[in-house]
Amino acid sequence: MRRPYREKALILNWTTIDTKIVIAGAVCAMACALLGNFLVLRKISLMGDAISHALLPGIVTAFLLTGSRASLPMFIGAACAGVLTAWLAEWLRGRGKVDEGAAMGIVFTSLFALGLILLRKYADHVDLDVDCVLNGVLETSVIGDTVQILGLERVPRVVVVLTVVLFINAVVVVGLYKELKISSFDPQLATTMGINSRLMHYLLMSLTALTTVAAFEAVGPILVIAMLIVPAATAYLLTDRLPLMIAFSLVLAALSAILGHVGAILLPRALGFDDSTTTAGMMATMTGVLFVIVMIGSPHHGLLARAIRRRRMVRQIVSEDVLAVMYRADEDERTVTPDLLIGHITGTGSTIGKAVHRLARQGLVSIQGHAMQLTDAGRSSAQRLVRSHRLWEQYLSEHTTVAPDHVHSTAERLEHVTDDQLRTRLATQTRSETDPHGRKIPKE
Amino acid sequence: MDDLLRTLSLQDYNTRVVVFGVAALGIACGLVGTFMLLRKRALMGDALSHATFPGICLAYLVVQLAFGAGRSLPVLLAGAVVTGIAGVGCVLLIRHATRIKEDAAMGIVLSVFFGFGTALRGVIQSLPTGNSAGLDSFIYGKTASMVASDAWTIGVAALAAAIVVVVLYKELKLLCFDDHFARGIGRSVVGLDVILMALVIVVTVVGLQAVGLILVIALLIIPPAAARFWTDRLSVTAIVASVIGCFSAVTGALISAVVENIPSGAIIVLTAAAVFVFSLVFGTKRGVVAKVLRRSQALNFVGATHMSPVAVASDACVAPTGRKR
Repeated sequence: MRRPYREKALILNWTTIDTKIVIAGAVCAMACALLGNFLVLRKISLMGDAISHALLPGIVTAFLLTGSRASLPMFIGAACAGVLTAWLAEWLRGRGKVDEGAAMGIVFTSLFALGLILLRKYADHVDLDVDCVLNGVLETSVIGDTVQILGLERVPRVVVVLTVVLFINAVVVVGLYKELKISSFDPQLATTMGINSRLMHYLLMSLTALTTVAAFEAVGPILVIAMLIVPAATAYLLTDRLPLMIAFSLVLAALSAILGHVGAILLPRALGFDDSTTTAGMMATMTGVLFVIVMIGSPHHGLLARAIRRRRMVRQIVSEDVLAVMYRADEDERTVTPDLLIGHITGTGSTIGKAVHRLARQGLVSIQGHAMQLTDAGRSSAQRLVRSHRLWEQYLSEHTTVAPDHVHSTAERLEHVTDDQLRTRLATQTRSETDPHGRKIPKE
Repeated sequence: MDDLLRTLSLQDYNTRVVVFGVAALGIACGLVGTFMLLRKRALMGDALSHATFPGICLAYLVVQLAFGAGRSLPVLLAGAVVTGIAGVGCVLLIRHATRIKEDAAMGIVLSVFFGFGTALRGVIQSLPTGNSAGLDSFIYGKTASMVASDAWTIGVAALAAAIVVVVLYKELKLLCFDDHFARGIGRSVVGLDVILMALVIVVTVVGLQAVGLILVIALLIIPPAAARFWTDRLSVTAIVASVIGCFSAVTGALISAVVENIPSGAIIVLTAAAVFVFSLVFGTKRGVVAKVLRRSQALNFVGATHMSPVAVASDACVAPTGRKR
């Protein structure tokens, strides 16, 4: 949208129009994100994509029949097209034995093509702006019709419509929370509990269609798809609990709407242009930016957190291996040299060296010149490890079909995750004093 | 009437170019789409083609700002390839590195990439020389704008895709039906997947201009899905899919050349959809009619063997061959 009245500086000339745009965007985003949680959990997030493309023929047909935009018939036409898409895709998958993704693809591309033809063939003569229908222009839709509501004057009609849709979605999600939750996570369980999973599926699809229609003319299909999928997927990386996931997705959706509008004003200026760009496009982009941030930085499921956990675990395993090797060297009355450690532990010389120094700082190993020795504390923790290892070897060769010469590698992995309790249970299962290789199992 | 005949008999040079281009595209999409469908990646083309849009816009902006030149097709397509690859890479990264499933990963990529493209398109529209009409033809397609060099590009790309498919036929077949086995006998599954994705990127990008980025998905999905109703054999599926793709593309292009004001991409897709519905009903292998016939035959057979006078009278069950059990 052209905004010639803005000054060419990186300041926001915030006006009431901007506020209205952000409110409309945020309400729409939250209405979509609320449903998106269930779409993402049911692994049918692309249904949002399919439905929002397939609405086109419904909208155009309704428009051609009634000749007016933004009317109830248009709403009904689009909702019918949406439900039809869901039903056709389901039918093709179930009866036609077409792969699920392909079924969706066939239905939505065909319907979209039909809509394009209707639009180009008939609607060109009348007042239906192709660009508006296909891309949605948030900036104009908020300064379009206004209504007077709750004592507030000149509230944009789209905001009212979208708020109503958000409210409907919220009522359904709260009212049928248990049913939606169970049928999303475990359809079989839901069926045994007397919940109709198919009904839930179609309910969700109908709501998605309804929301998409409402949002369609205001923000365009692409933002609808983005808001249906991305905030919910982002929230899925932040928490394991559904109520929190829903809450996070709503916050993320609203946040991307705000950041998106600011970005739409700032991005072109950062590139050296005067105007601002499409808000809907930038809002979709912002959901992506937030997703990337969360994907990297999420406290538990983030890439960074995972990398740190993996590193910590590798460190711990190397340290434990060092202790165990030193304990075995003591048993054989050999001196511990760096070469001995490197020869027995998987890892580079420097990781092993760092592990030795870390153990020395923790007081488990004492270093004098080149000589390394276990301290008393080090000896007792090494003893626990070697005990776990040999108990496992003995247990595996007694109770499983693992060949005796293969038990070592399995025990090598299990020794790092065996705690006191498990050791006690292993000890009661194997009464032997020695491991399969004839070495003595150390006492606790 | 003369015009109609002229067009349909391909006497018109422009029509010949367009028909050649879309025919090649239909064949290539049918071939590549078959493997995508069987690999259960049908909607990957969806994510991918949406992801090409920001590339086109970026390339346009860069060319405009750096050289002040108008749109040049190779540069725009190069941009499309770059972001297309980035999009596929993101889908794979999200799926493998996080706990998000493939469907959501594709949804994220397609909406965010396309959204960014829309934002860039907004910037282009505000340029003094800006005219996004040329870019919109990438979204909805415009076969009429195809010139000989475009048709040749599509032809070469289709030929290349066909050669790769023929040469790697055995490997791709293995990949689609039993990737564990493929891995077991030392084939690189990742490598083969990369080759398959590269093929999809190539046909998608050359198809952008002809049918647009939303409808090129349809050419990748619908013909192979329709072919599946006729046969169970992979080689036959691939061939039937290319024939259907070619037929729909040519028919659609001709209709749009003859009838005024019909977007070519859309009518191509609708033709393909019509062929799909026909196959769904009459397909000899999995079609609805064939299924009903087989079912009633089976019922008749069971009924006949159970109710036959011999079986009832002799109190013995007579097996179909007449052998006594």
